[in-house]
Amino acid sequence: MPSSEDYKGRTPAWCPGCGNFSILGAYKHALAELGLEPHQFTIVSGIGQAAKLPHYLRCNTFNGLHGRTLPVATGIRLSNHDMSVIAVAGDGDCYGEGGNHLIHTMRRNVNVKLFVHDNQIYGLTKGQASPTSMEGIKTKNQPAGVFSGQLNPMALAVALDCSFVARGFAGDAEHLKGLIKDALNHKGFSLVDILQPCVTFNKINTYEWYSRRVYHIEPDYNPEDRIRAFERALEWGDRIPIGVIYRHHRPIYEDRIPVIRNSPLVKQPFDSSRLEITLQEFY
Amino acid sequence: MDISIKIGGEAGQGIQTIGGTLASVFARTGYHVFTHQDYESRVRGGHNFFQIRFSDAPVMSSRDKIDILVAMDRESILVHEKELSEYGWIIYDAAALKQKHDNPRFLDIPFVDLSVEHGGSRIMAGTVAVGAVLGLAGMTLDVLVDIITAAFGKKGEDIIRANIAAATVGHAYIVKQSMQSPFSPAGPSRPKMLIAGNDAIGLGAVASGCKFYAAYPMTPSTGIMNYIAGKGEDYGIIVEQAEDEIAAINMALGASYAGVRAMTGSSGGGFALMVEGLSLSGMTETPVVIALAQRPGPATGLPTRTEQGELQFALYTAHGEFPRAVFAPGTPEQAFHLTNKAFDIAEKYQIPVIILTDQYLADSQWTFDGFDLEKISYTDYRLRGDAFRELSGYKRHAFTDDGITPMGVPGEAGHPVVTDSDEHDEEGHIVEDAGTRIKMMNKRLFRKLPALAREIAPPVFYGDAEPEIVIAGWGSTYGIMKEAVDILSGDKKIAMFHFSEIYPFPSTDRFDYLKLLGNAKLSICIENNATGQFARLMRTETGYEFDQRINRYDGRPFLLEQLAGEIDAIIGRL
Repeated sequence: MPSSEDYKGRTPAWCPGCGNFSILGAYKHALAELGLEPHQFTIVSGIGQAAKLPHYLRCNTFNGLHGRTLPVATGIRLSNHDMSVIAVAGDGDCYGEGGNHLIHTMRRNVNVKLFVHDNQIYGLTKGQASPTSMEGIKTKNQPAGVFSGQLNPMALAVALDCSFVARGFAGDAEHLKGLIKDALNHKGFSLVDILQPCVTFNKINTYEWYSRRVYHIEPDYNPEDRIRAFERALEWGDRIPIGVIYRHHRPIYEDRIPVIRNSPLVKQPFDSSRLEITLQEFY
Repeated sequence: MDISIKIGGEAGQGIQTIGGTLASVFARTGYHVFTHQDYESRVRGGHNFFQIRFSDAPVMSSRDKIDILVAMDRESILVHEKELSEYGWIIYDAAALKQKHDNPRFLDIPFVDLSVEHGGSRIMAGTVAVGAVLGLAGMTLDVLVDIITAAFGKKGEDIIRANIAAATVGHAYIVKQSMQSPFSPAGPSRPKMLIAGNDAIGLGAVASGCKFYAAYPMTPSTGIMNYIAGKGEDYGIIVEQAEDEIAAINMALGASYAGVRAMTGSSGGGFALMVEGLSLSGMTETPVVIALAQRPGPATGLPTRTEQGELQFALYTAHGEFPRAVFAPGTPEQAFHLTNKAFDIAEKYQIPVIILTDQYLADSQWTFDGFDLEKISYTDYRLRGDAFRELSGYKRHAFTDDGITPMGVPGEAGHPVVTDSDEHDEEGHIVEDAGTRIKMMNKRLFRKLPALAREIAPPVFYGDAEPEIVIAGWGSTYGIMKEAVDILSGDKKIAMFHFSEIYPFPSTDRFDYLKLLGNAKLSICIENNATGQFARLMRTETGYEFDQRINRYDGRPFLLEQLAGEIDAIIGRL
């Protein structure tokens, strides 16, 4: 069994106090408890502070382009469904630049686990509004305040019948670890939105701001009830629910593709013996 | 014998089916066949045509004149009557077109009425026309009957019988009227292979062990995806229709990283969206093959027509500096083999390789005696299984003498496989220091280039060994240039160069094409674009400047006599 030390990677270049540190710790403990060896899973990330995370772990890593985590993750999963594939992104990365991919990956229900480190602000580019920034907040780029409505990723996911929808909080690492494990154990596309304070650029949605609002979804809540889930997904303001909001076991994309029913694509050797017959089709 | 047939009509009238069926009959009878298509960006209406040329000698372009015009609408007569050759005929259905022509060159055949009467529905009007054309060409129906039987096998006996009846009555209608065929068909010979450019690329991908193809549909590249999707089950290939071209190339890169051969394809607009991913392939050294089927731009341009307007785009697009290869096949056979070479080179050097075609080649059918499978190469360059497991350590981007680091397949050994779109160290982790940056650029780019450049074949040379006139081109103009040389070589010392492996630009080591060009009195670069992009590339790479250029940029392909005439006119001005 691996220990959390087996995932030790490079030294993080995040700001001191960044919410990403506790999220990183939660991943390590969750992975160790699930017994996933570093070569047995791949983390795909894009660009942003969150996207640097796989470098601070030891594991298969494809750190690609801004917003493009999910297509890469999809390509990997379809080619090797023995591989656990985790996508790590920020709110700008996934909800902004990569919004279209998010919608369609949910539709496909590829068995990829997406964790969005949602700090409601752009960190890497220094403090511009993100899709989850609250209406009215002022930034250098939005001096008169943000005019666009705040994206609600939970409601979006429930609306798209996303197979697993949850929200965690960087300030509650133990609870977050549980959500990460739940998501990794779930069969189906999973979105875990993680509220993550940005200590440098977001002076509104701070640890204290979140801590006063978040509450654990009660144990008797039934995440399989889509209407209730939608109501819960809409909750934001004085009280913000964390935990599993929605769950729907539906067939994963990989299981529907006939050519990989018996073995992963990457394990199938190229068989050229039929080529002569295929050529004959042109006569 | 050298007969050209044009089938004209509205979208939805089965023009492609009629043309495709006739082409198959001629190819199976053993004739050399060349077809090209001209269609509008609509599913119904408008005016489309399908042009077939068949001969007992090799043909590889479309001629200006047509011998049989099958007019399925009035527009066809209006637009194409003037293209009729001296012995040409127009066959049409006067009742359906509500238009009667008293000209003896016009043969009125009631396609629709005959179809209803003998096939039971008007749907077989096209089959009646096919039968009539074969009658006019002095051919029997034997081969057609075989083709109909195979094509409609799944639809049942009744459909087969009705179609054969429709073809027979069309054929008999010509024979009954004792119309003498103006053509003397050659005797049948061995059936030939009939294949279009898009299918040849798809077949090339299948034959190269491609396992993953992701794309978003876009004319004229969609045929490649269709072909590969049809072979998915037989060959174990996943074809994923992505939400957009950005997703398509990123999925392909994910698949390639995971350890399978991956490809994507689009036309210029979609390829433009892929460009960031092209650069990602360069940075992460993840092999990918990209088919870029050109159509006239800018922007949406002429969606269903042809142009060679994206050579410079394919060569120079994407941010940053990294190696790539660009191939531009001139025939479906070249498309087949160059697709195979693209997969090999992409994986061997861990780079993106672009296959540049255009609507003309994508949709044109050619005949061949066959494709040589012996020439297909398949080497798995990836690090898998024991070879990977037995390594004591692994760095995905380790510095090597030739710049190539074996690609480990993630999950096959205890070694994590790490790569990054940021500049990275040997392990694949993000770095910013200048020293590593320089070493990594040297590894990725400069160390790979010498060997990569040696892979590139020189241009194809055809014609007079010591030419006074040299015509040159690239990509889909191969056939037309070759036939133009044949036409003009009677009284001129003329030859052609055709470039199909364009980048890295072919060196003169194996064949000194620059010397031949230097000795010629006149050189002409022929391109289906406005600005002479290849001529510019030639000057950039070699300093050689063509004397003259012939450019066509109306969205249509060159036609044989027109091109030969233009070349002749330039020679005349010497």
